[in-house]
Amino acid sequence: MTWRPTLARSVVLRHDRVRGTDLLLLPERVVVLHGNAGGVLRLCDGSREVEDIVAELAARFPGAPVAGEVPEFLETLRKEGWLR
Amino acid sequence: MTVDPPWALLAELTHRCPLRCGYCSNPVELVGRSTELTAGEWAGVFRQAADLGVVQTHLSGGEPLLRRDLPDIVAAAERAGLYTQLVTSGVGLGERRLDELVAAGLHSVQLSVQHADPDASDRIAGARSFAAKERAARLIRAAGLPFGLNIVLHRTNIDALDDLIALGVAWGADRIELAHTQFHGWALRNRATLLPTRNQVDRARTTLTRWRERPGPAPELIWVTPDHIDGVAKPCMGGWGALSLTVAPDGTVLPCPAAAALPGLDPPNVRDRQLDWIWRESRAFNAYRGDSWMRDPCRSCGLSSTDHGGCRCQAFALTGDATRTDPACRLSPDHALIRDLVDSPRPAATPVHAYREGAP
Repeated sequence: MTWRPTLARSVVLRHDRVRGTDLLLLPERVVVLHGNAGGVLRLCDGSREVEDIVAELAARFPGAPVAGEVPEFLETLRKEGWLR
Repeated sequence: MTVDPPWALLAELTHRCPLRCGYCSNPVELVGRSTELTAGEWAGVFRQAADLGVVQTHLSGGEPLLRRDLPDIVAAAERAGLYTQLVTSGVGLGERRLDELVAAGLHSVQLSVQHADPDASDRIAGARSFAAKERAARLIRAAGLPFGLNIVLHRTNIDALDDLIALGVAWGADRIELAHTQFHGWALRNRATLLPTRNQVDRARTTLTRWRERPGPAPELIWVTPDHIDGVAKPCMGGWGALSLTVAPDGTVLPCPAAAALPGLDPPNVRDRQLDWIWRESRAFNAYRGDSWMRDPCRSCGLSSTDHGGCRCQAFALTGDATRTDPACRLSPDHALIRDLVDSPRPAATPVHAYREGAP
Protein backbone atom coordinates (compact mmCIF):
# COMPACT_ATOMS: atom_id res chain seq x y z
CA MET A 1 0.00 0.00 0.00
CA THR A 2 1.29 3.47 -0.79
CA TRP A 3 2.09 5.62 2.19
CA ARG A 4 0.18 8.87 2.55
CA PRO A 5 1.88 10.40 5.59
CA THR A 6 -0.17 12.10 8.27
CA LEU A 7 0.67 13.18 11.82
CA ALA A 8 0.04 10.65 14.58
CA ARG A 9 -2.92 11.33 16.84
CA SER A 10 -0.68 12.28 19.76
CA VAL A 11 1.22 14.91 17.75
CA VAL A 12 0.21 18.52 17.16
CA LEU A 13 2.06 20.73 14.66
CA ARG A 14 2.00 24.33 15.80
CA HIS A 15 3.70 27.58 14.91
CA ASP A 16 5.37 29.15 17.93
CA ARG A 17 4.84 32.88 17.49
CA VAL A 18 7.04 33.76 20.47
CA ARG A 19 10.12 31.85 19.26
CA GLY A 20 9.33 32.25 15.55
CA THR A 21 9.62 28.54 14.81
CA ASP A 22 7.45 25.48 14.14
CA LEU A 23 7.00 22.84 16.84
CA LEU A 24 5.69 19.33 17.27
CA LEU A 25 3.84 19.05 20.57
CA LEU A 26 3.52 15.65 22.24
CA PRO A 27 2.72 14.52 25.76
CA GLU A 28 5.74 15.46 27.90
CA ARG A 29 7.76 16.53 24.85
CA VAL A 30 8.33 19.43 22.46
CA VAL A 31 10.23 18.98 19.19
CA VAL A 32 11.65 22.16 17.67
CA LEU A 33 11.51 22.04 13.85
CA HIS A 34 14.28 23.74 11.92
CA GLY A 35 14.32 25.20 8.43
CA ASN A 36 11.30 24.27 6.35
CA ALA A 37 10.52 21.05 8.27
CA GLY A 38 7.19 22.51 9.39
CA GLY A 39 6.32 23.38 5.79
CA VAL A 40 7.02 19.80 4.74
CA LEU A 41 4.83 18.42 7.55
CA ARG A 42 1.94 20.72 6.64
CA LEU A 43 1.77 18.78 3.37
CA CYS A 44 1.41 15.51 5.33
CA ASP A 45 -2.39 15.57 5.49
CA GLY A 46 -3.05 11.95 4.61
CA SER A 47 -4.09 12.80 1.05
CA ARG A 48 -0.65 13.11 -0.58
CA GLU A 49 1.80 10.34 -1.32
CA VAL A 50 5.48 10.96 -0.58
CA GLU A 51 6.19 11.58 -4.26
CA ASP A 52 3.40 14.20 -4.41
CA ILE A 53 4.96 15.98 -1.45
CA VAL A 54 8.38 15.89 -3.08
CA ALA A 55 6.93 17.21 -6.37
CA GLU A 56 5.16 20.10 -4.64
CA LEU A 57 8.28 21.08 -2.75
CA ALA A 58 10.47 20.76 -5.85
CA ALA A 59 8.14 23.14 -7.68
CA ARG A 60 8.16 25.54 -4.78
CA PHE A 61 11.91 25.46 -4.16
CA PRO A 62 13.65 24.89 -7.52
CA GLY A 63 17.16 23.54 -7.05
CA ALA A 64 16.65 22.40 -3.44
CA PRO A 65 17.69 18.76 -2.77
CA VAL A 66 14.13 17.72 -1.85
CA ALA A 67 14.11 14.39 -3.74
CA GLY A 68 16.92 13.08 -1.55
CA GLU A 69 16.18 14.73 1.78
CA VAL A 70 12.41 14.79 2.15
CA PRO A 71 11.66 11.02 1.96
CA GLU A 72 14.47 10.38 4.43
CA PHE A 73 13.10 13.05 6.80
CA LEU A 74 9.59 11.59 6.60
CA GLU A 75 10.90 8.09 7.27
CA THR A 76 12.81 9.32 10.33
CA LEU A 77 9.61 10.83 11.74
CA ARG A 78 7.70 7.64 11.00
CA LYS A 79 10.27 5.64 13.00
CA GLU A 80 9.78 8.06 15.91
CA GLY A 81 6.05 7.37 15.73
CA TRP A 82 5.21 11.00 14.92
CA LEU A 83 4.00 10.27 11.38
CA ARG A 84 1.84 7.35 10.37
CA MET B 1 20.56 38.32 32.42
CA THR B 2 18.41 37.46 29.40
CA VAL B 3 15.54 35.24 30.40
CA ASP B 4 14.37 32.66 27.88
CA PRO B 5 10.61 32.04 27.67
CA PRO B 6 9.09 29.07 29.52
CA TRP B 7 7.78 26.00 27.66
CA ALA B 8 5.35 24.45 30.12
CA LEU B 9 2.81 25.40 32.76
CA LEU B 10 1.75 23.09 35.57
CA ALA B 11 -1.79 24.18 36.42
CA GLU B 12 -2.78 22.88 39.85
CA LEU B 13 -6.52 23.33 39.57
CA THR B 14 -7.35 22.17 43.09
CA HIS B 15 -5.62 20.59 46.06
CA ARG B 16 -8.72 18.51 46.82
CA CYS B 17 -8.25 14.80 46.10
CA PRO B 18 -10.23 11.60 46.68
CA LEU B 19 -6.95 9.75 47.30
CA ARG B 20 -4.87 9.99 50.47
CA CYS B 21 -1.48 8.74 49.27
CA GLY B 22 1.23 8.94 51.90
CA TYR B 23 3.76 9.91 49.20
CA CYS B 24 1.85 13.05 48.19
CA SER B 25 4.43 15.71 47.35
CA ASN B 26 1.99 18.60 47.62
CA PRO B 27 2.61 21.00 50.50
CA VAL B 28 1.57 20.01 54.01
CA GLU B 29 -0.63 23.13 54.13
CA LEU B 30 -3.10 22.80 51.27
CA VAL B 31 -5.09 25.54 49.57
CA GLY B 32 -8.81 25.43 50.36
CA ARG B 33 -11.62 25.39 47.81
CA SER B 34 -12.80 28.90 48.64
CA THR B 35 -9.59 30.49 47.33
CA GLU B 36 -9.30 28.44 44.11
CA LEU B 37 -8.97 30.40 40.85
CA THR B 38 -12.17 30.45 38.79
CA ALA B 39 -12.33 29.05 35.25
CA GLY B 40 -12.35 32.67 34.02
CA GLU B 41 -9.17 33.41 35.95
CA TRP B 42 -7.54 30.27 34.52
CA ALA B 43 -8.47 31.44 31.01
CA GLY B 44 -6.53 34.64 31.70
CA VAL B 45 -3.57 32.65 33.02
CA PHE B 46 -3.48 30.49 29.86
CA ARG B 47 -3.64 33.55 27.57
CA GLN B 48 -0.80 35.23 29.42
CA ALA B 49 1.19 31.98 29.48
CA ALA B 50 0.81 31.52 25.72
CA ASP B 51 1.91 35.13 25.13
CA LEU B 52 4.96 34.39 27.25
CA GLY B 53 5.92 31.31 25.20
CA VAL B 54 4.26 28.41 27.04
CA VAL B 55 3.10 25.69 24.61
CA GLN B 56 2.04 22.88 26.97
CA THR B 57 -0.03 22.72 30.12
CA HIS B 58 -0.47 19.89 32.58
CA LEU B 59 -3.85 20.11 34.29
CA SER B 60 -3.17 18.65 37.68
CA GLY B 61 -3.96 18.93 41.35
CA GLY B 62 -5.08 17.29 43.64
CA GLU B 63 -7.67 15.74 41.40
CA PRO B 64 -8.62 18.11 38.57
CA LEU B 65 -11.82 16.15 37.88
CA LEU B 66 -13.20 17.55 41.14
CA ARG B 67 -13.51 20.85 39.29
CA ARG B 68 -16.98 20.71 37.75
CA ASP B 69 -15.91 23.44 35.33
CA LEU B 70 -12.95 21.38 34.05
CA PRO B 71 -14.29 21.27 30.45
CA ASP B 72 -14.38 25.11 30.45
CA ILE B 73 -10.80 25.18 31.73
CA VAL B 74 -9.65 22.72 29.03
CA ALA B 75 -11.45 24.75 26.36
CA ALA B 76 -9.73 27.93 27.57
CA ALA B 77 -6.30 26.27 27.35
CA GLU B 78 -7.11 25.02 23.87
CA ARG B 79 -8.25 28.50 22.79
CA ALA B 80 -4.93 29.87 24.03
CA GLY B 81 -3.19 27.33 21.78
CA LEU B 82 -1.77 25.14 24.54
CA TYR B 83 -1.30 21.36 24.33
CA THR B 84 -3.27 19.98 27.28
CA GLN B 85 -2.56 16.94 29.41
CA LEU B 86 -4.93 15.85 32.17
CA VAL B 87 -3.08 14.42 35.18
CA THR B 88 -5.61 12.32 37.08
CA SER B 89 -6.22 9.54 39.58
CA GLY B 90 -8.98 8.33 37.25
CA VAL B 91 -11.59 8.64 40.01
CA GLY B 92 -14.54 10.40 38.41
CA LEU B 93 -13.46 9.83 34.83
CA GLY B 94 -16.65 8.36 33.40
CA GLU B 95 -17.60 8.13 29.76
CA ARG B 96 -19.62 11.36 29.61
CA ARG B 97 -16.98 13.31 31.48
CA LEU B 98 -14.22 12.16 29.14
CA ASP B 99 -16.39 12.93 26.09
CA GLU B 100 -16.87 16.49 27.38
CA LEU B 101 -13.14 16.92 27.88
CA VAL B 102 -12.28 15.55 24.44
CA ALA B 103 -14.89 17.85 22.89
CA ALA B 104 -13.25 20.74 24.75
CA GLY B 105 -9.94 19.87 23.08
CA LEU B 106 -8.10 17.69 25.61
CA HIS B 107 -4.96 16.23 23.99
CA SER B 108 -3.67 13.55 26.37
CA VAL B 109 -4.15 11.88 29.74
CA GLN B 110 -1.75 10.76 32.44
CA LEU B 111 -3.36 8.28 34.82
CA SER B 112 -1.89 7.17 38.14
CA VAL B 113 -1.98 3.72 39.66
CA GLN B 114 -0.54 2.67 43.01
CA HIS B 115 -0.07 -1.10 42.66
CA ALA B 116 -0.92 -3.90 40.23
CA ASP B 117 -2.92 -5.69 42.92
CA PRO B 118 -6.32 -3.97 43.39
CA ASP B 119 -6.39 -4.29 47.18
CA ALA B 120 -2.81 -3.13 47.57
CA SER B 121 -3.46 -0.20 45.23
CA ASP B 122 -6.50 0.87 47.26
CA ARG B 123 -4.53 0.48 50.49
CA ILE B 124 -1.70 2.73 49.26
CA ALA B 125 -4.17 5.30 47.93
CA GLY B 126 -6.16 5.19 51.17
CA ALA B 127 -9.35 4.97 49.11
CA ARG B 128 -11.20 2.52 46.90
CA SER B 129 -9.99 3.59 43.51
CA PHE B 130 -8.49 0.71 41.50
CA ALA B 131 -11.76 -0.21 39.76
CA ALA B 132 -12.24 3.42 38.71
CA LYS B 133 -8.70 3.52 37.35
CA GLU B 134 -9.25 0.35 35.36
CA ARG B 135 -12.39 1.85 33.83
CA ALA B 136 -10.62 5.15 33.14
CA ALA B 137 -7.82 3.33 31.32
CA ARG B 138 -10.35 1.56 29.11
CA LEU B 139 -12.11 4.83 28.27
CA ILE B 140 -8.89 6.73 27.54
CA ARG B 141 -7.82 3.92 25.20
CA ALA B 142 -11.24 3.80 23.52
CA ALA B 143 -11.12 7.57 22.96
CA GLY B 144 -7.77 7.13 21.18
CA LEU B 145 -6.02 9.66 23.42
CA PRO B 146 -2.29 9.40 24.08
CA PHE B 147 -2.17 7.54 27.39
CA GLY B 148 0.56 7.76 30.01
CA LEU B 149 0.50 5.66 33.16
CA ASN B 150 2.27 7.12 36.17
CA ILE B 151 3.42 4.95 39.03
CA VAL B 152 5.09 6.50 42.05
CA LEU B 153 7.55 3.92 43.36
CA HIS B 154 8.33 3.36 47.03
CA ARG B 155 9.13 0.60 49.44
CA THR B 156 5.64 -0.93 49.41
CA ASN B 157 5.18 -1.32 45.64
CA ILE B 158 8.65 -1.44 44.08
CA ASP B 159 8.90 -5.24 44.40
CA ALA B 160 5.79 -5.48 42.19
CA LEU B 161 7.45 -3.59 39.33
CA ASP B 162 7.17 -6.50 36.91
CA ASP B 163 3.41 -6.76 37.53
CA LEU B 164 3.03 -2.98 37.36
CA ILE B 165 4.65 -2.79 33.92
CA ALA B 166 2.55 -5.77 32.77
CA LEU B 167 -0.54 -3.89 34.01
CA GLY B 168 0.44 -0.84 31.97
CA VAL B 169 0.87 -3.03 28.89
CA ALA B 170 -2.52 -4.72 29.51
CA TRP B 171 -4.21 -1.33 29.94
CA GLY B 172 -2.72 -0.15 26.64
CA ALA B 173 -0.52 2.69 27.94
CA ASP B 174 1.73 4.39 25.39
CA ARG B 175 4.13 5.41 28.08
CA ILE B 176 4.78 4.18 31.61
CA GLU B 177 6.46 6.56 34.01
CA LEU B 178 8.16 4.84 36.92
CA ALA B 179 8.79 7.72 39.27
CA HIS B 180 10.60 7.22 42.53
CA THR B 181 8.97 9.17 45.32
CA GLN B 182 10.07 12.78 45.57
CA PHE B 183 10.36 13.67 49.22
CA HIS B 184 8.59 17.00 49.26
CA GLY B 185 5.62 18.25 51.24
CA TRP B 186 3.66 15.45 52.85
CA ALA B 187 6.00 12.73 51.51
CA LEU B 188 8.91 14.07 53.56
CA ARG B 189 7.01 13.09 56.72
CA ASN B 190 6.92 9.51 55.51
CA ARG B 191 10.43 9.33 54.09
CA ALA B 192 11.71 6.60 56.40
CA THR B 193 8.85 4.26 55.54
CA LEU B 194 8.66 5.13 51.81
CA LEU B 195 12.35 4.87 51.02
CA PRO B 196 13.19 1.53 49.34
CA THR B 197 16.35 -0.40 50.17
CA ARG B 198 19.33 -0.54 47.81
CA ASN B 199 18.53 -4.21 47.10
CA GLN B 200 14.97 -3.38 46.14
CA VAL B 201 16.15 -0.73 43.67
CA ASP B 202 18.77 -3.10 42.20
CA ARG B 203 16.11 -5.73 41.60
CA ALA B 204 13.78 -3.15 40.06
CA ARG B 205 16.52 -2.03 37.67
CA THR B 206 17.01 -5.63 36.54
CA THR B 207 13.28 -5.93 35.89
CA LEU B 208 13.29 -2.67 33.94
CA THR B 209 16.22 -3.78 31.78
CA ARG B 210 14.48 -7.06 31.02
CA TRP B 211 11.36 -5.19 29.81
CA ARG B 212 13.39 -2.75 27.76
CA GLU B 213 15.22 -5.58 26.00
CA ARG B 214 12.05 -7.36 24.94
CA PRO B 215 11.60 -7.39 21.19
CA GLY B 216 8.48 -5.98 19.56
CA PRO B 217 6.28 -2.99 20.25
CA ALA B 218 6.12 -1.91 23.87
CA PRO B 219 5.22 1.19 25.81
CA GLU B 220 7.95 3.74 26.39
CA LEU B 221 9.36 3.12 29.88
CA ILE B 222 10.53 6.20 31.77
CA TRP B 223 12.60 5.68 34.90
CA VAL B 224 12.69 8.72 37.17
CA THR B 225 15.82 8.04 39.17
CA PRO B 226 15.91 7.44 42.93
CA ASP B 227 18.27 10.26 43.90
CA HIS B 228 18.61 9.05 47.50
CA ILE B 229 19.83 5.61 46.41
CA ASP B 230 21.96 6.64 43.44
CA GLY B 231 23.72 9.52 45.17
CA VAL B 232 23.08 11.62 42.08
CA ALA B 233 21.13 14.86 42.36
CA LYS B 234 18.14 15.39 40.12
CA PRO B 235 18.39 18.36 37.79
CA CYS B 236 16.19 20.98 39.45
CA MET B 237 13.32 21.45 36.96
CA GLY B 238 15.88 21.68 34.13
CA GLY B 239 17.01 24.85 35.87
CA TRP B 240 15.20 27.16 38.28
CA GLY B 241 12.88 29.41 36.29
CA ALA B 242 14.32 28.03 33.04
CA LEU B 243 11.69 25.78 31.45
CA SER B 244 8.43 25.80 33.35
CA LEU B 245 6.25 27.38 35.98
CA THR B 246 3.63 26.13 38.41
CA VAL B 247 0.42 27.93 39.25
CA ALA B 248 -1.10 26.73 42.54
CA PRO B 249 -4.89 26.50 43.04
CA ASP B 250 -5.00 29.98 44.64
CA GLY B 251 -2.98 31.63 41.85
CA THR B 252 0.41 31.58 43.55
CA VAL B 253 3.14 31.14 40.93
CA LEU B 254 6.42 29.37 41.63
CA PRO B 255 9.11 27.61 39.60
CA CYS B 256 8.00 24.22 40.94
CA PRO B 257 5.25 22.76 43.14
CA ALA B 258 7.59 22.13 46.06
CA ALA B 259 8.98 25.67 46.20
CA ALA B 260 6.11 26.83 48.41
CA ALA B 261 8.18 25.47 51.30
CA LEU B 262 11.14 27.80 50.63
CA PRO B 263 11.41 30.97 52.74
CA GLY B 264 12.02 34.46 51.39
CA LEU B 265 10.57 33.98 47.92
CA ASP B 266 7.69 36.40 48.45
CA PRO B 267 5.57 34.20 46.12
CA PRO B 268 3.84 36.23 43.43
CA ASN B 269 0.20 35.65 42.51
CA VAL B 270 -1.60 35.95 39.16
CA ARG B 271 -4.33 37.88 40.97
CA ASP B 272 -1.84 40.72 41.62
CA ARG B 273 0.68 40.54 38.80
CA GLN B 274 1.04 39.71 35.11
CA LEU B 275 2.67 36.37 34.38
CA ASP B 276 5.30 38.08 32.23
CA TRP B 277 6.49 40.16 35.21
CA ILE B 278 6.36 37.12 37.47
CA TRP B 279 8.53 35.08 35.08
CA ARG B 280 11.08 37.79 34.31
CA GLU B 281 11.19 40.12 37.27
CA SER B 282 9.88 38.50 40.44
CA ARG B 283 12.19 37.64 43.29
CA ALA B 284 10.81 34.09 43.38
CA PHE B 285 11.85 33.31 39.81
CA ASN B 286 15.25 35.00 40.03
CA ALA B 287 16.32 33.62 43.42
CA TYR B 288 18.12 30.54 42.05
CA ARG B 289 18.10 31.29 38.34
CA GLY B 290 21.43 30.73 36.57
CA ASP B 291 24.40 29.83 38.78
CA SER B 292 25.54 33.01 40.55
CA TRP B 293 23.89 31.83 43.80
CA MET B 294 25.88 28.57 43.80
CA ARG B 295 28.53 27.71 46.33
CA ASP B 296 31.17 25.02 46.34
CA PRO B 297 31.28 22.16 45.59
CA CYS B 298 28.74 23.02 42.83
CA ARG B 299 30.40 26.26 41.73
CA SER B 300 33.56 24.47 40.60
CA CYS B 301 31.87 21.24 39.48
CA GLY B 302 31.21 20.26 35.87
CA LEU B 303 27.95 18.56 36.85
CA SER B 304 26.32 21.85 37.81
CA SER B 305 25.66 22.80 34.19
CA THR B 306 23.32 19.80 33.93
CA ASP B 307 22.04 19.21 37.47
CA HIS B 308 21.90 22.91 38.44
CA GLY B 309 23.07 22.01 41.94
CA GLY B 310 20.16 19.59 42.38
CA CYS B 311 16.90 20.33 44.10
CA ARG B 312 16.76 23.64 46.01
CA CYS B 313 13.75 22.47 47.98
CA GLN B 314 15.51 19.31 49.12
CA ALA B 315 18.62 21.27 50.06
CA PHE B 316 16.49 23.54 52.22
CA ALA B 317 14.38 20.76 53.72
CA LEU B 318 17.41 18.77 54.84
CA THR B 319 19.99 21.48 55.67
CA GLY B 320 17.92 24.61 56.31
CA ASP B 321 19.87 26.43 53.56
CA ALA B 322 18.50 26.43 50.00
CA THR B 323 21.85 27.57 48.50
CA ARG B 324 23.68 24.42 49.59
CA THR B 325 24.39 21.48 47.28
CA ASP B 326 21.49 19.02 47.23
CA PRO B 327 22.43 16.44 49.90
CA ALA B 328 21.33 13.67 47.51
CA CYS B 329 24.55 14.31 45.56
CA ARG B 330 27.39 12.13 46.79
CA LEU B 331 29.72 15.14 46.39
CA SER B 332 27.66 17.18 48.86
CA PRO B 333 29.29 17.80 52.27
CA ASP B 334 25.83 16.94 53.67
CA HIS B 335 25.47 13.64 51.82
CA ALA B 336 25.73 11.66 55.07
CA LEU B 337 22.21 12.92 55.87
CA ILE B 338 20.96 10.79 52.98
CA ARG B 339 23.44 7.92 53.13
CA ASP B 340 22.84 7.24 56.79
CA LEU B 341 19.10 7.10 56.23
CA VAL B 342 19.38 4.76 53.24
CA ASP B 343 21.83 2.44 55.01
CA SER B 344 20.20 2.48 58.44
CA PRO B 345 18.55 -0.81 59.32
CA ARG B 346 14.84 -0.55 58.86
CA PRO B 347 12.13 -3.00 59.91
CA ALA B 348 11.41 -5.69 57.34
CA ALA B 349 7.65 -5.72 57.84
CA THR B 350 5.40 -3.72 55.55
CA PRO B 351 5.80 -0.20 56.81
CA VAL B 352 2.86 1.94 57.78
CA HIS B 353 2.88 5.54 56.66
CA ALA B 354 0.65 8.46 57.54
CA TYR B 355 -2.13 8.98 55.02
CA ARG B 356 -2.41 12.37 53.41
CA GLU B 357 -4.83 14.68 55.20
CA GLY B 358 -7.24 16.49 52.88
CA ALA B 359 -7.61 20.05 51.70
CA PRO B 360 -9.95 22.32 53.67
